Amino acid sequence: MHAQETFYDVMRSHGITRRSFVKFCTLTAAGLGLGHEFAGKIAHALETKPRTPVIWLHGLECTCCTESFIRSGNPLVGDVVLSMLSLDYDDTLMAAAGHQAEEILEQTIEKYDGQYILACEGNPPLNEDGMYCIQGGKPFIEKLRHMADHCKAIIAWGSCASWGCVQAAKPNPTQAVPIHKVIHDKPIIKVPGCPPIAEVMTGVITYMLAFERMPALDRQGRPKMFYGQRLHDKCYRRPHFDAGQFVEKFDDEGARRGYCLYKVGCKGPTTYNACSSIEWNGGLSWPVKSGHGCLGCAEDDFWDKGSFYSPVSDLGVTGNVEHTANKVGGVIAGAAAIGVAAHAAGTVVAKATSKKPTATAEEEIR
Amino acid sequence: MAIDTNTLKYLDNVPGPFYVFELPVRVWHWLHALSISTLIITGYLISSPPPSLHGEASTHFVFGYIRMIHFIAGMVFTVGLLVRFYWAFVGNYHARELFVIPVWRKDFWTGMLHELKYYAFLTRKSSKFVGHNPLAQIAMFFTNVLLGLFMICTGLALYSQGTGAGSWADRMFGWVFIIEPSSQTVRMWHLFGMWIFLTFVIIHIYMAIREDLYSRQNGVGCIISGFRRYRDDGPMGPQ
Repeated sequence: MHAQETFYDVMRSHGITRRSFVKFCTLTAAGLGLGHEFAGKIAHALETKPRTPVIWLHGLECTCCTESFIRSGNPLVGDVVLSMLSLDYDDTLMAAAGHQAEEILEQTIEKYDGQYILACEGNPPLNEDGMYCIQGGKPFIEKLRHMADHCKAIIAWGSCASWGCVQAAKPNPTQAVPIHKVIHDKPIIKVPGCPPIAEVMTGVITYMLAFERMPALDRQGRPKMFYGQRLHDKCYRRPHFDAGQFVEKFDDEGARRGYCLYKVGCKGPTTYNACSSIEWNGGLSWPVKSGHGCLGCAEDDFWDKGSFYSPVSDLGVTGNVEHTANKVGGVIAGAAAIGVAAHAAGTVVAKATSKKPTATAEEEIR
Repeated sequence: MAIDTNTLKYLDNVPGPFYVFELPVRVWHWLHALSISTLIITGYLISSPPPSLHGEASTHFVFGYIRMIHFIAGMVFTVGLLVRFYWAFVGNYHARELFVIPVWRKDFWTGMLHELKYYAFLTRKSSKFVGHNPLAQIAMFFTNVLLGLFMICTGLALYSQGTGAGSWADRMFGWVFIIEPSSQTVRMWHLFGMWIFLTFVIIHIYMAIREDLYSRQNGVGCIISGFRRYRDDGPMGPQ
């Protein structure tokens, strides 16, 4: 009986009305960039398909992904998707704890071997045999490997699971690594961001549950529908970028007029995320709209690039965050210019001192 | 006529002049110089934009033009290098010097050692060359071929961010982001490459002028007329 339970059944049993359910399907179809006829397909899928369980693991992380997820701008979306998820395993959200909670994992493997989706928030630290993250008396890396062995696909929630994030910042004492560095035999879908946008998270998971396949991914394993463009491409301040109108300081006239934040370090031009179109907290705002540049939190290595307030960031070679391309390059080119001047002076001196003997030698030959 | 620098090396009485740089190579050189200069200036401005102009955004397109000029110069640079590569196959012996470093030849290394000594003021003797001296040749190869290709690949990969997923630039150069997933890092290495190019330009211009003033052969004149002329009739080897 349990195996035949559909998403719709679960939602209804959680007190969600049919009207709310259809609204959710419509919003999700729109969020995924599908035509409106897909709302019906999503509804049909959720009504008829047996529920795919989702196991939500937490490694080294700050739980901001979960925080973002449960604060989904549209409470409906959060409620509905949470109803799909929380029934199985999410050690932050579920009621069970201790041995009962850990038992759920084994039960899920028994019942749904190779069928469940493993959503992982945070990442495993590898140093000291993984002792920097212990869950249920075992290193998290063991739990992750065990659950990954039996899953259908992995969702890497947030920049931790996707790229490593702050805990992997230099010198990375715990040797924290993103999921794709330790799990190689399962499809991994990266949903980066610190945290990812709630609607992006619900959109990705709904797509996978409703269509039973991975959404189209880009070269780096991120869903194209949300990470296909840079913030910059849809930024409402883009006209100021093209016009060459930049905020020079956070309290200048340009800042008041809402000019482009590129010169004060906005990483929008190199960051792939949906902030400029979906925005945050139900479309209330997003960093650039609030007058601060993008930190590039959805990008690999954003934590190790020096100042967030300069368009030119650290090269990451010397270990000094002040050693940007312009500074290191400027020193090299400057040294070349000085070297050339010194060499020219040396040449003149060498020529002057060698002139006489050459002249007499030539005279002697003649 | 194919002139092998090797066979001429220690021969006496080679008065020249020799036709070294054919017209397409000369045109490419100056077009390349122009595009590199433009790329360096606009590239620096992209990393560090000029002061803002006030007024309506719709009345200005300053940064847009800076980027557009950078992209056009980048395309000229790319196509130029491709045409130059083609010319290595159909041009004369010296057209290949840029792409083929004769590392297997002993005299290449002895020549290199001599050039290093010469520029370090350890010897007063200088050699005559038909094409490039070994030191110049290896510098040309590293900057114009290797660094040039690096700049083309990273540049067009960054360009693909604007043209979008599935565009020609993305399909041809998107692989750069598999090697380095962070496009900000790719930008910074592209910017760093600009400084290496500037360093090359400073040294290259100095060496060429110095060649004209103090060596046994012409320098800048050679890439203008295409002819290598010598100041003495002595042997090619050091004297």
